Amino acid sequence: MASSNSLPLFSNRKSKFENRKSKMWETFLQHCLIGLTNGSLFALIALGYTMVYGIIELVNFAHGDLFMLGCFLAFTLLAWLGLQGAGPVWTLVGIGLILIIVPIFCGSLNVAVDRIVYRPLRGAPKLAPLVSAIGVSFVMMNVGLFWGGAADLNFPDLISQNLSNHNLLGNSPIQFTPKDLMVIATTVPIMIVLTLFVQFTKLGKAMRATAQNPVAAQLMGINVDRVIGATFAIGGGLAGAASVIYALYINTISFQMGFQNGLYAFTAAVLGGIGKIPGAVLGGLVIGLVRALGSGYIGEKWTSPLIFMILIVILVFRPTGLLGAQTREKV
Amino acid sequence: MAKDEKQPKKSSANSDLRLQGAALLPDYAQQVSKRSPISPNSVFRAEIILPLLFLLYPLIPGLDNWLFSRTNTSMGSQLTLIFIFSILAIGLNVVVGYSGLLHLGIAAFFGIGAYITGILTVPSYPFQFGFWIALAIATFGAGLLGVILAAPTLRLRGDYLALVTLGFGEVVRFSIRNLEEITAGTRGLNPLPSPVLPFVSEASWKIDYRWFYYLTLAMLLAILWLMRNLERSRLGRAWIAVREDELAATCMGINAARVKLSAFALSAALAGLAGGLYATKLTSTAGPDAFDFNRSMIMLCCIILGGLGSLRGTLLGVLILIGFDNVLAPILDGVIQQSGINASNSRFLVFSNWRMFIFGMTLILIMRYRPMGLLPARMAKAA
Repeated sequence: MASSNSLPLFSNRKSKFENRKSKMWETFLQHCLIGLTNGSLFALIALGYTMVYGIIELVNFAHGDLFMLGCFLAFTLLAWLGLQGAGPVWTLVGIGLILIIVPIFCGSLNVAVDRIVYRPLRGAPKLAPLVSAIGVSFVMMNVGLFWGGAADLNFPDLISQNLSNHNLLGNSPIQFTPKDLMVIATTVPIMIVLTLFVQFTKLGKAMRATAQNPVAAQLMGINVDRVIGATFAIGGGLAGAASVIYALYINTISFQMGFQNGLYAFTAAVLGGIGKIPGAVLGGLVIGLVRALGSGYIGEKWTSPLIFMILIVILVFRPTGLLGAQTREKV
Repeated sequence: MAKDEKQPKKSSANSDLRLQGAALLPDYAQQVSKRSPISPNSVFRAEIILPLLFLLYPLIPGLDNWLFSRTNTSMGSQLTLIFIFSILAIGLNVVVGYSGLLHLGIAAFFGIGAYITGILTVPSYPFQFGFWIALAIATFGAGLLGVILAAPTLRLRGDYLALVTLGFGEVVRFSIRNLEEITAGTRGLNPLPSPVLPFVSEASWKIDYRWFYYLTLAMLLAILWLMRNLERSRLGRAWIAVREDELAATCMGINAARVKLSAFALSAALAGLAGGLYATKLTSTAGPDAFDFNRSMIMLCCIILGGLGSLRGTLLGVLILIGFDNVLAPILDGVIQQSGINASNSRFLVFSNWRMFIFGMTLILIMRYRPMGLLPARMAKAA
């Protein structure tokens, strides 16, 4: 087991569990808990992929790098606000502020990229915007390189340091700290609000209409470009929120993190059925579980190839995902 | 050239017919579009002059040493790498350019070629085949893996296929890193022995860059010749027909699946060949990070910049982008370092830090303003 180079979130926990049979269930439950926490983060990122794909059939390759830039902005803001070593109240207020500013930044950036790069390519062959998105991803990665440097940055563990790191489950050997709670307490409401938004508001209905048939939507008086812009804004905002929570939770950020996390999230979106919002959530949770259980039982270094294998297998054998309906491609 | 000019420009009224018909026509003599900044004539000259320059470069006494003393870069070695990457780009061009399938994992086959060559030749393994046998096995092995990957995935739609190739590339990279008993992990396998040729002693391969330079140049020229013929062959025309309109091509009796599969296999084989040459050139398999997603992307940038489906464009793209990445950026960095412009050690004044920005902007701008690339193939369509 590769415990020496495992994720920071595993390091303080593994040693507490012996390999006795009575502990096996506890270990398993602990992995599941970590997996669900991680998974809800992946789900937030995956939502951005799935919404954009649902509406313009673009695999937004730059989404992961947008997430990375969000982490860097959170890092910069954290230094400005002087949150390291601050009291509990200021910490909470500061995190709240960051959780507002970073999503706005990511959302606006995503809209700007759509305006400048993708919109002129709307009529082009399908692969042209995909190639452009890869280009945007590279440019963003370079911005991240200049922003934070080539080395990994250590993001302060604000919640454990400034608030508390007590086990919320009392004396139970399964660890559930305020940090884990923070992830669940922010991601779950965001997902609920998003689902309600898409289901019941006018803009949400316009989005679903555009996703179904852009031409028909336009004929019904929907401003398709604005709806697409709004989708990019929401997707970017979700990536921004995810980036803040990720940085506070994992505590290591680097300019290359966007690629891999983006791919995990994309895998989650495909797994659930790309274009489907509940699918992205389900896929995110499954990928989180696979990753945590894989790290626990197969070994940290094989989890990434495992997830990519899942991506390939799903794309080949069930490209519509778990929740997607079978649709025939129009000739 | 002359033959092209005589052909009357067909009206745009029957442009659809023209597109489909042209994709099946055997005549692929280049007709550079009017928007091209490089006139056909100058391209024609460049086509003769550039290979001549490359042929003559090592023969000019002292030139390489002089350049080395000025720039601290062995131009001969870098040109050798450029030739190798040209082979890789030509391979990628078969899939992306001719057949119109976006392939984001070419580096995986490049790496597979490098590691097959490494495993078959390094002293730490019992095989220790010669260079040529290992290279042949690497080529065929990579091609075979290409078929194995492609067979189940080719029925997927374009963007999904791209992601499968990407995922495959990552799986291969992680496997190279993690299977340390086989691949020596991040250290890479070494030392790879020199190639074997009559009249050339082993020492001279190591001392003189020229042997490998001419070996790779000869291989590149042979592959170019092969590709030029293949482009016009039944198979090459079928690739382009499938790219332009798969349904119409199928109706014309082309077995689209088989045609795509052959493109995939050929591209993987060429990438494997390039990988074998690369590892032998470096005398090491270089570790997994030489075969990561960035490698695939840089190669894709090269062929998109040059012009998809255009052999000259591919070569030009490699020359510009790999030339920038491997030669120009280090030289400029050296100049800036020496001249003291960058006294404050700002990372913005280091050219190599801008490479991803440049590759990314290349992709964005080319897709936006010139989707056919700098030297477009006739009738080429954006990916």
